[in-house]
Amino acid sequence: MYRYDQYDQAMVDARVEEFRDQTRRRIEGQLNDDQFKPLRLKNGLYLQLHAYMLRVAIPYGTFNSEQMRKLAHIARTYDRGYGHFTTRQNIQYNWIKLDEAPDILAELATVEMHAIQTSGESIRNISADQYAGAAADEICDPRPWAELLRQATTFHPEFSYLPRKFKIAVISSKEDRAALRWHDCALRIVRNAAGEEGFEVYAGGGMGRTPFIAYQIRDFLPAQQIFSYLQAILRVWNLHARRDNIHKQRMKILVHELGEVEFRRQVEEEFQTFLALGTDFPQAEYDRIAEYFTPPPFETGLSDDIDRSDPAFALWVDQQVVAHKAPGYAIANISLKPIRGIAGDISAEQMDIVADLAERYSFDDVRATHAQNLVLPHVRKADLYAVWQALEAAGLADANLDLITDIIACPGLDYCSLANARSIPIAQKIAERFENMERQLDIGELKIKISGCINACGHHHAGQIGILGVDRKGTENYQLLLGGSGAEDTSQAKITGPGFDEAGIVDAVERTVERYREIREPGERFLDTYRRVGLDAFKEAIYG
Amino acid sequence: MRLLTGNDLKTGAVIWWTGQDWSIHVEDAVDVGAAGERILAEEEAARRVNGGGLIAAEATADGPRPAHIKDRIRALGPTVRPDLTLKPADPDVGNWVI
Repeated sequence: MYRYDQYDQAMVDARVEEFRDQTRRRIEGQLNDDQFKPLRLKNGLYLQLHAYMLRVAIPYGTFNSEQMRKLAHIARTYDRGYGHFTTRQNIQYNWIKLDEAPDILAELATVEMHAIQTSGESIRNISADQYAGAAADEICDPRPWAELLRQATTFHPEFSYLPRKFKIAVISSKEDRAALRWHDCALRIVRNAAGEEGFEVYAGGGMGRTPFIAYQIRDFLPAQQIFSYLQAILRVWNLHARRDNIHKQRMKILVHELGEVEFRRQVEEEFQTFLALGTDFPQAEYDRIAEYFTPPPFETGLSDDIDRSDPAFALWVDQQVVAHKAPGYAIANISLKPIRGIAGDISAEQMDIVADLAERYSFDDVRATHAQNLVLPHVRKADLYAVWQALEAAGLADANLDLITDIIACPGLDYCSLANARSIPIAQKIAERFENMERQLDIGELKIKISGCINACGHHHAGQIGILGVDRKGTENYQLLLGGSGAEDTSQAKITGPGFDEAGIVDAVERTVERYREIREPGERFLDTYRRVGLDAFKEAIYG
Repeated sequence: MRLLTGNDLKTGAVIWWTGQDWSIHVEDAVDVGAAGERILAEEEAARRVNGGGLIAAEATADGPRPAHIKDRIRALGPTVRPDLTLKPADPDVGNWVI
């Protein structure tokens, strides 16, 4: 993974001291709330429903055991003993005190972490495939590009006061595990006929109040030209963005108002300007960064056999373990979705255990996923049983990856000041309803995503079953959506009809699932059946 | 009734105007009536509250109960973590919110 050099460390340390001074001035009254708010947001500090909330960046979801232990230490020392992994591969703490926030940032800086670009009108923490560097199906490790873009855009003056937030994702496989086309700008590394690496470039995606799936605006961009192209995209947006209307500021609005063709034309025109400026990354700089992502020293000659004699372990392997590029190794997913638990929440003690496992069994490498789970990316197959035993003892061995109980849920009204309805209790009730493992396996892949408001942090637009919480005259109400996808077959879910109360939405989900089981054809996932029969075939079951 | 609420500047804790000071317990809140805006302006200027606002509530035998569920969750804590609420030992605390 990337390690800070003296410049990175100096910049982050200076930022901590700057924020310490800003915080002192706020507490002493030299800054009022209007002046201080944008400063704290630039350091990931929100004011939420119960307290300040600090969102910590985990660039492209990659971190190590030392960093995980520091996150555990922060949870124990400054928060209430837990953290919450988000749908953008970050972690956030819900009970932060303002006067302690600079100390937390200082602690993070000691392990090369920060909270920059986790809020505000900036290029947000760049996300990537959580299996990067390990996936059997990837062309190359996409993280050097993510890191280059992170370095080039952090503190870049043109990108410091963007019209609105801007989200980038980078992958290099056909299977999309990063919800690529739901991003403002999405990059997929491909190879052309000559074997050269380049990018498919997508622009204009996003969820929220006005969901759009990104257009593909380039089918092949030479890899070395990516920064010019990204700058061109941002320049066109910056030129035309509706800064006067908060609901029209996101780039997706501009892209879809201009239209795919015109937006692409303007980007290509700006692109020529940037190309001539010569601001792209020199090969030597790419090589320098890529060296940090050199594959770990995998052992050779390892067996691919896994002893499946323990049925509970075999179930976990079937559900949580994914093919690795190196023979004898596997990718192990750690579920943060226990039945009756809270999606993405993890205690400080569990963090320490995951850190120990990463250090001992996964080349000191941990990943956070946008689905609010964790990954040990490089585990010897011979070590899987020991890993599973440790996870089992820590309450982290649920075997539900991509099943109906692996529900993405935003913090909702239990924590978030923007929310209109609670998300977590709905996820818990659905998970309890479908707790039976045989039933889960029979249903198969079914991704439920729940948001507590139209900002869609719970990705309900991309849910095979999506749920959106709304406020109906002071009462929580839940809209049901079907048919979304955040994978390579991206699609936007459609609202089924009138909403439901808290109990009603769980019943409606169950009726939806039962209709699927009645009408599915052999081998069909829920999404396949939905696409074959359409919304009306489910509406009858849902509403009677 | 109208309650004045906000967050403590340093800790971020949800606080309620008691008529003379701030409390973390909504039971201590008083009806500020038409004086709410003036009190809020004074308290914000003195940096004793952050993100303040006025909310509607009903008077009950157990004290003020905010009219909107969001404010009741603010007053109590997350419904999914009773151990983190202000009344972790009260088994019926959820009924007050919902």
